[in-house]
Amino acid sequence: MTTFHEALEESTWEILEQIPDPEIPVLSIVDLGIVRSVEVDGSKVTVGVAPTYSGCPATEVIEDSVVKSLQSGGIDHVSIRRVLSPPWTSDWISDRGRERLRKYGITPPEKGAARRDSLLGDPMATERIVACPRCGTENTKKVSEFGSTACKSSYKCADCLEPFEYFKCI
Amino acid sequence: MNKEKALIAYVTRMGDNAIIMAQRLSEWVGHGPELEEEMAMGNFALDYVGQSRMYFSYAGELEGKGRSEDDICFLRDGWDYGNVLLLEQPNGDYGETIARLVLFETFYSLQLGALVTSPAKKLAEIAARAIKESTYHLRHAGHWLIRLGDGTDESHRRVQDAIDRLWTYTGELFEADQVDQIMQSDWEAPDLTDLRGHWHRQIDELLAKATLQKPDDGWMDSGGKNGHHSEHLGYILAEMQSLQRTYPGANW
Repeated sequence: MTTFHEALEESTWEILEQIPDPEIPVLSIVDLGIVRSVEVDGSKVTVGVAPTYSGCPATEVIEDSVVKSLQSGGIDHVSIRRVLSPPWTSDWISDRGRERLRKYGITPPEKGAARRDSLLGDPMATERIVACPRCGTENTKKVSEFGSTACKSSYKCADCLEPFEYFKCI
Repeated sequence: MNKEKALIAYVTRMGDNAIIMAQRLSEWVGHGPELEEEMAMGNFALDYVGQSRMYFSYAGELEGKGRSEDDICFLRDGWDYGNVLLLEQPNGDYGETIARLVLFETFYSLQLGALVTSPAKKLAEIAARAIKESTYHLRHAGHWLIRLGDGTDESHRRVQDAIDRLWTYTGELFEADQVDQIMQSDWEAPDLTDLRGHWHRQIDELLAKATLQKPDDGWMDSGGKNGHHSEHLGYILAEMQSLQRTYPGANW
């Protein structure tokens, strides 16, 4: 039998999975990997949220939508706990999230963000092979390291000629 | 000074470094040499704003007098700011901005690397978050330093001049005062003498790749950590704080 405690925790996660990231709405905040924990104490729910980048302008918008969405789902006592450790990296994006990104036209980051690239190595050595999310070719070209949001770079495909974005591995 | 006071002072200085660097970098928005670099400087500035907010909130919490991150950022005068002089110097041309980023980020990423194991848990957590950004900034700025140094005669000359001009502000990074000493003995902050050695090795390697000369250590300017600033800081604060000073407590 499901206890009230478990049911509340489960319905909280269900609601959280419906909340889109404001900058990449195809991803839910759960897919993005920034929801770290749901703690239930009586009828009170505390959601642990990790910011992506220190200066991510979406952080407060996300926290606000968590509180509002849970409240409109009937969970009145909600608080947010900001979790810094362990820090978010693009490795926290779920496999389902990666697939959703690709379908949306954004190449997902490769795994292994924790590995620190050599800082002082050959500048060209850090060029990544980024496959086109549409046709899958690796014949692509970086247009700009810095794109429409802090977390994306701009690329173009040399085969299907479509521009696309790459979610940075960071 | 007890260890709690030293921690507050140290964390506040880190916030001051971050916010002043953010202000300088954000001046490039609308003026970048090309769109990609303009985005880069805007992104980096945002990372620093985010970091300064974490440092200032933490300092406010430790202090326990109810000061918010905004109070600490917007309601202190220049003599209470403890950023290093290097960061308040004007941007100069793009080469000079890149040179400053390289000199500071090399220091900052080493500092953060040591702080991730500090028993001041929150500081260690902020450091673990910030070091990823710092590493990324350094990689980008390092590539540009090589490109400009090993580029045309004009770009080489300009970035060499920038390094020469900024060198006098690098000594302060490694000057340990009472705050640094207590931080080192009680909170496992890095020994600045050791850190200086690592910094020189990294800078030597990068300058060699960029075909640039390392200036000799001559007279070094300092005082920023203790609130003795150049005239430039006042202008930065005047602009940054004008809203809170004109409409105290404004909120939106």
